[in-house]
Amino acid sequence: MARIRFKNVQHAYPPPKGQKPVYALKEVNQIWEDGGAYALLGPSGCGKTTLLNTISGLLTPSEGEIYFDDQDVTHLPTPDRRIAQVFQFPVVYDTMTVFDNLAFPLRNRGMDETAVKLRVDQIAEMLDLTANLNKRASGLTADGKQKISLGRGLVRSDVNAILFDEPLTVIDPHLKWQLRSKLKELHQQIGVTMIYVTHDQVEALTFADKVVVMFEGTVVQVGTPVELFNRPKHKFVGYFIGSPGMNFLPCKIDRGQPVFHSNLLSTSHPVSNDLSGRIEVGIRPEFVEFADDGIPVVIESIEDLGRYQVVTVKHESEVIKMVVDEDRPIPTESPKIQLNPDMTRIFCDDWLVGGGQNE
Amino acid sequence: MNKTLNQKAWWLVAPVLVLVAFNAFIPLMTVVNYAFQETFGNNVFFWEGTTWFEQVLRSDRFHDALIRQLLYTGMILAIEVPLGIGVALTMPRKGPWVSVCLVLMALPLLIPWNVVGAMWNIFALPDIGLLGHTLNSMGIDYNFTRQPVSAWMTTVLMDVWHWTSLIVLLCYAGLSSIPDDYYQAANIDGASRWAIFRYIQLPKMKRVLTIAILLRFMDSFMIYTEPFVLTGGGPGNTTTFLSIDLVKIALGQFDLGPAAAMSLIYFLVVLLICWVFYTLMMRNEEQ
Repeated sequence: MARIRFKNVQHAYPPPKGQKPVYALKEVNQIWEDGGAYALLGPSGCGKTTLLNTISGLLTPSEGEIYFDDQDVTHLPTPDRRIAQVFQFPVVYDTMTVFDNLAFPLRNRGMDETAVKLRVDQIAEMLDLTANLNKRASGLTADGKQKISLGRGLVRSDVNAILFDEPLTVIDPHLKWQLRSKLKELHQQIGVTMIYVTHDQVEALTFADKVVVMFEGTVVQVGTPVELFNRPKHKFVGYFIGSPGMNFLPCKIDRGQPVFHSNLLSTSHPVSNDLSGRIEVGIRPEFVEFADDGIPVVIESIEDLGRYQVVTVKHESEVIKMVVDEDRPIPTESPKIQLNPDMTRIFCDDWLVGGGQNE
Repeated sequence: MNKTLNQKAWWLVAPVLVLVAFNAFIPLMTVVNYAFQETFGNNVFFWEGTTWFEQVLRSDRFHDALIRQLLYTGMILAIEVPLGIGVALTMPRKGPWVSVCLVLMALPLLIPWNVVGAMWNIFALPDIGLLGHTLNSMGIDYNFTRQPVSAWMTTVLMDVWHWTSLIVLLCYAGLSSIPDDYYQAANIDGASRWAIFRYIQLPKMKRVLTIAILLRFMDSFMIYTEPFVLTGGGPGNTTTFLSIDLVKIALGQFDLGPAAAMSLIYFLVVLLICWVFYTLMMRNEEQ
């Protein structure tokens, strides 16, 4: 059990000859509190796996230090770090039985056989593998194999953290949901730090207490799912979380309030007038509504998604998406929209500014 | 559903049948023909039944050659297989050295067999050969044309030099097919170097290793050219392996009957050992 701290961690993979190194991780300063359930969320290639591998020691970062509590582990070899990790694709030891597979990490650490049996049975029970314990691991389906991989990650009880690298990619949807709740349940039982890498926002938001959003090698925001939804610190978080993503409209600032194509908008998070850079207003589609008075728009399309509908409207050449309840009528003649001032955020050069920043 | 019977399809198979007939079946049947009959030339044959087979199976000469052959094949497998695996494990998996290593490994395989024999003959000559001269000047009495032990050592060494590469290359191919994830997982699980070899690398190499052992078994069991050029079966008969003996009987003594019978026995022995080995390996796989 330990608190994991990243200090200016950077990593570049060796570049092809004659090219500059590309940083997969740029300046990550991050603290993973002991016992937290974290999701590491970001698109493919943003450095999630690289970050995970630096925690487990499969990768030594090119710069910076990693601490477990006060111990500098940057150069500590993997087996000494007491980290469990589950990979995206199942890894099973083909020649062993399911039982031996699950027992492998324990036996390698010299645990005595009765304790091994007890622990393996417990984990097998949790993952519904009890019936298969004496079968050869190579004979199982992809689902089963990934459960073994998961089991090997969970079986050690002395670990500092358990890392999951998109572990449910190969698993059936209904089982996925079930296993995710099992993981969550287990987290509450044993209270070990868990870091769960995914590019699926639903998975991240359901699993984690804290979501760490990564974009192009940096951590752009750390927060609870609600924080990420209501107050994205970076445009990317706005796009990436929520469906459809946040609307961004170019604007100017007049007396602390944004002006969008000569329409004065209001925000409860005013900013100073002397902002320089590209200024945009960000608003979630959920907080845009039709009103008697407001910005005149043209309706482009309406998608009915059952309980709600996604309406695409246009003002000048700017497209705005809005989410409207199924029972709300859509105005047909000269529709106008209003943005909820509490939820209207201002972004300068892609980053959140103004009062909305540190609530 | 009505099936249409159409015998014309046989014509499509015919070319293959003809090819197999001429390259395998007919030559083999000729041997069978000689194995059961006696001939004094002029195409006159007398039925002999199983006489030749009994003669071969009872002859000490055949027993000795067979024992020498089994010993030789056993020795080269015992050396080449572990050595090949070992070399494959130490070969780099990435980087510019990969192709260098692969080419170096492939070189011995490209040399014609009689050239290998000739090379080693000159290399091992006690007075002027590099190996022979060096050993003798170090005070080791070495002469492969006179001492059975030296002759055996040289033939075994020659085969190891010539064929270990094959096992290395096959094992290397097996090792390269293991995804990095396996090594990473083993690292996380705290597996020792030995455990990684035992539970990841060896199982993944098993199929190619089966093929490699089969190929090496068959080739070495039928070895002829290299020891023929190197020692000619000597000193005495000490390196006279089955093929060399067979050629001596068939072409040296012109005993066609016994030679044909011996050929068939030889063929059946190779077939039997391969079948047993392969079945054992595959049964293991299914469990």
